[in-house]
Amino acid sequence: MSDAILSLSNVTKQFGSLLASDSVTLDLRPGEIHALIGPNGAGKSTLIKQIAGEIKSDSGDIHFNGQNINEFDAVARSRMGLARTFQVSSLMPEFSVLQNVMLARQSVSGKVFRFFKPVLSDKSLVDPAMAQLERVGLADRAQMRAADISHGERRQLEMAVALALEPKAFLLDEPMAGMGPEGSKRLTGFLDGLRGQAPILLVEHDMDAVFALADRISVLVYGRIIATGTVDEIRGNDDVKRAYLGEDA
Amino acid sequence: MTMNRETLINSILAIALVAVPLIALGMDEPFIITLATKVAIFAMAGVGLNLVLGYGGLVSFGHAAFFGIGGYAAGILASHALNYEPIMESPFLIEGTTQMIIIWIVALIVSALVALVIGAITLRTSGVYFIMITLAFAQMIYYFAISWPAYGGEDGLSIYVRNGFPGLNTLDPISFFALCAVMLAIAMAFSAVLIRSRFGLALQGARQNPQRMTAVGIAPFRIRLVAFVVSAMITALAGALYADLNRFVSPTMLSWHMSGEIMVFVILGGVGRLFGPLAGAALYIILEHLLGGVWEFWQLPLGVLLLLVVLFARGGLVGVLAGERKHV
Repeated sequence: MSDAILSLSNVTKQFGSLLASDSVTLDLRPGEIHALIGPNGAGKSTLIKQIAGEIKSDSGDIHFNGQNINEFDAVARSRMGLARTFQVSSLMPEFSVLQNVMLARQSVSGKVFRFFKPVLSDKSLVDPAMAQLERVGLADRAQMRAADISHGERRQLEMAVALALEPKAFLLDEPMAGMGPEGSKRLTGFLDGLRGQAPILLVEHDMDAVFALADRISVLVYGRIIATGTVDEIRGNDDVKRAYLGEDA
Repeated sequence: MTMNRETLINSILAIALVAVPLIALGMDEPFIITLATKVAIFAMAGVGLNLVLGYGGLVSFGHAAFFGIGGYAAGILASHALNYEPIMESPFLIEGTTQMIIIWIVALIVSALVALVIGAITLRTSGVYFIMITLAFAQMIYYFAISWPAYGGEDGLSIYVRNGFPGLNTLDPISFFALCAVMLAIAMAFSAVLIRSRFGLALQGARQNPQRMTAVGIAPFRIRLVAFVVSAMITALAGALYADLNRFVSPTMLSWHMSGEIMVFVILGGVGRLFGPLAGAALYIILEHLLGGVWEFWQLPLGVLLLLVVLFARGGLVGVLAGERKHV
């Protein structure tokens, strides 16, 4: 437990009579990809929002990097090194692809209140931002408006922004959503190489990707974690088969 | 390509602003010089508002408050100086002044402080609530000015002699125009630098997607508050010049009509375009004096025009002429 970078204990959130997160306990260890799977409406995105600080939990504790972050808002958590991507791409549509990444670099540099130096000729922002675009294969789109690139490219840009934050942990909310088989395969390879940089909590519906990537899997059903284990353990778990994998398993 | 066309249009606007009063000077038409001065001042008020409305996406319906604060800074300081009555004697002596530079500094400081308070409260809301609360604050200041008899109350305050600027005869129309045009140029240059800076990137980011801002670890609130204060200061400076142009300041400068007018300059000319407020203010004044001369209901076609711009040309006049931008 103590060596985990991110750990949740008994995290609960209730919306009216709906228990979205029911005493969720899970942890994310250095170097691992921990997949969070579950049927639609199981509360995966709600849990990601609770971890990112966008939704306040009713009870329970979240520790990040050895610190209790219950009272930290989303801005503070991001600055501590929790980088999240969104299920539906959330970008600056009127900015260029490059500007989207530069904004993240600006945040990391800690110097946002600078009023006079033109940002687009600031090499300390442009160069590292370009480097991240090259990593995700978007360098040739750098000057296009984010609104004008393809859906798949927007998913790549989400990744580039997260990478630019140099986080200590990634929260990826369905990074493969809406990507073709080709793109999913490429992203799977990319995420595989990413675990060395920071551990990943991965919410994903693409089971091929999950089974290929995950060191551990947690299964969320109606806000409860019904099982956590390695790929083989989860494949062999009867509760999981019944609740989720069904005939696929 | 698009950028070049916008640069061309901007240059034409700038040249026209300078050329028209110079031609008027040659033709001995001082009234036209006054109109051009009014355009420069209104454009400057719009440049201030454009910072929050255009780049920050914050629809402030209370910028008349800052325009009026600038105006009253000029009026109050000048009236004390002209009547030889100190503003206060104890604990230390503060006298009035007829020096524009001092008036501007006072206008900047007071408007910044007021904007800090108004912004800190209103920026916690968004959308329609933000519009209504900024309006409410401006109306509070408006009614305060009306009910304060020391400075003319409803009747306003006359400045008998236009305030002075070192080395300049401010009563000479073309000299005063030159002063206003230079101030406008400074405000626009400042605004251009600001929106290209790190701060400007963050401000424009906060407009497009606050969720994404938060996720990269930048709190939109502080960015917006700083922008709101800077915006108020620019508009206040324009207000001080406007009081000097008319040699008169009254609560009208603080009323919601004025807030609406400043907003019209920005929307007509082009929201989030550097030269938008200048284009908008020029068009407004031209319409007011061409149409207003022949038809007392000139605001009717203005309303139709505004409707067309909002419905079909989000980039305003500059947007229609220069085309859509590639990216911010």
